[in-house]
Amino acid sequence: MQLYLPIADIPVNVFLLLAMGAAVGFVSGMFGIGGGFLMTPLLIFIGITPAVAVASVASHIAASSFSGALSYWRRRAIDPALALVLLSGGTVGTALGVGTFTLLRSLGQLDLMIALSYVVLLTTVGGLMFWEGLRSILRVRRGVALPMRRSGSHGWIHGLPLKMRFKRSKIYLSVIPVVVVGIVIGFIGAVMGIGGGFILVPIMIYVLRVPTSTVIGTSMVLTLVTMLFATMLHAVTNHLVDAVLALILMVGGVTGAQFGARAGQKIRGEHLRLLLGLLILAVGIRFAIELVIRPEDLFTIRETGGAA
Amino acid sequence: MIRRVSLAASCAVLGLAMSFAPSSAQAERLIVSVSNHRVTVTPNYSGEELVLFGSVEKDASTPASRTAYDLVVTVSGPRADMVTRRKERKFGIWINTDYRQFLHVPAYLALFANRPFDAIANPEVQRRQQLGLNNVLLTQRVGPDYADVVPNDAFRSAFVRLRSEHGLYREDTSAVTFLTPTLFRTGIPLPAAVPIGTYNVEIKLFSDGALVARTETAFEIVKVGFEQFVATTSRQDGFVYGLVTMAMALMTGWMASIVFRKD
Repeated sequence: MQLYLPIADIPVNVFLLLAMGAAVGFVSGMFGIGGGFLMTPLLIFIGITPAVAVASVASHIAASSFSGALSYWRRRAIDPALALVLLSGGTVGTALGVGTFTLLRSLGQLDLMIALSYVVLLTTVGGLMFWEGLRSILRVRRGVALPMRRSGSHGWIHGLPLKMRFKRSKIYLSVIPVVVVGIVIGFIGAVMGIGGGFILVPIMIYVLRVPTSTVIGTSMVLTLVTMLFATMLHAVTNHLVDAVLALILMVGGVTGAQFGARAGQKIRGEHLRLLLGLLILAVGIRFAIELVIRPEDLFTIRETGGAA
Repeated sequence: MIRRVSLAASCAVLGLAMSFAPSSAQAERLIVSVSNHRVTVTPNYSGEELVLFGSVEKDASTPASRTAYDLVVTVSGPRADMVTRRKERKFGIWINTDYRQFLHVPAYLALFANRPFDAIANPEVQRRQQLGLNNVLLTQRVGPDYADVVPNDAFRSAFVRLRSEHGLYREDTSAVTFLTPTLFRTGIPLPAAVPIGTYNVEIKLFSDGALVARTETAFEIVKVGFEQFVATTSRQDGFVYGLVTMAMALMTGWMASIVFRKD
């Protein structure tokens, strides 16, 4: 069934979109991530302009992270204080991100920047995850016990001022790194059309030392609010949010996520990380190839206004 | 409706003005009509074809020797400013470097004729009457100036080629068929991605390489239904649109958490 997308301005097959939503939802449910880093590239590959893809995926991620956040809230797995501090940075980062997005678009370099940031971010994060997963699998094979987190090992981050007690996470931490992390995630989320969960969760675990019990729920709250905010800003400044596209993706996404979550529980943690690392790496490499090979057409046209 | 009437009036004025232009007195009159003056684009619209038909009316002053006519139909859609960018290899990757602005160019442009333009008129007339995509005026901003460039200019030809690939610019010198020596028809294909707005159709009649009559008509393309409502709202009321999209995202997420609740 063909459907005309009002903002993306192209006809697409509804079932293809639903299937894409479900597939990405499955993966995101399996790994506990938003899946924006998969959805945005997929939309670009089927012919939706990067700008519309980024803006529309924001609302799609908001929907999936809201359903996730609700269930974590019921299990009291969200740290409200930590979420609030992250958010104060997140909203600033999102506003900066949408501003940068608008500027790059007027310069004609938006598509390039989206592709470049995907290459850099995805190959780095994917590579690290893959390596980390591989190492822990090898260690398990050799029968070496995983080194436990050394308690009391405080890095320079824990020496920063403005310390605050986050009760539910049971950590005592300076607000500065938390706000900075919020800004960074909000910024890249708005520019790249990703929730940023796959970067945020490792940072919170390894850098901020947030316990695993609250980390996913809290990161979902940040994702939810920054993506809602990004949806709003993209709608007001660039008029690029395709609500029809977003709704189809959301419906497919939240359904797929449920099955993905069940599948994810059957796979071992280190295998899961290895798989996720591979997946992220593959998307990054796909973008890199696109940049390096000679494009089919060196010319592009964009309407700059004045249409009657 | 009012708009079309005023347009028809301006056409008439133009036609009158034109009648003094050719040296030979206006001996022929063109009567044309399109099959549909208002094309509605619905959500499942996948392109359609309008039909333009008409006839050449001769009067007493028409030279008896004049029997063979040539016809050129130019359909131009709503005008817009566009930017064409060129990628170049820099630091091993392909980057948009140079660009050219096209000002007030038609978003849709189709030129139809009954035989090749070279057979209809000499190059000078072709250029003056803008026959063919190579001769249509596409204004570019070149530094501080506004001008069209030679047809084989890299940006101009890329622009025309890209628009043609999307079916938005087209040239067909066998599309006009004469059913009788004076009765003609041509199809106007409108692709799925056709821009909305008013489309002007200009019909020029040539005989022995000279313009002998000219007329204009118009049709309108409107998008209707939910999609158009969404597109209009997003542009005119971004804030409300954003709020509704946010609410939609929250509702979908909430519904999912209820439907799939496990605990």
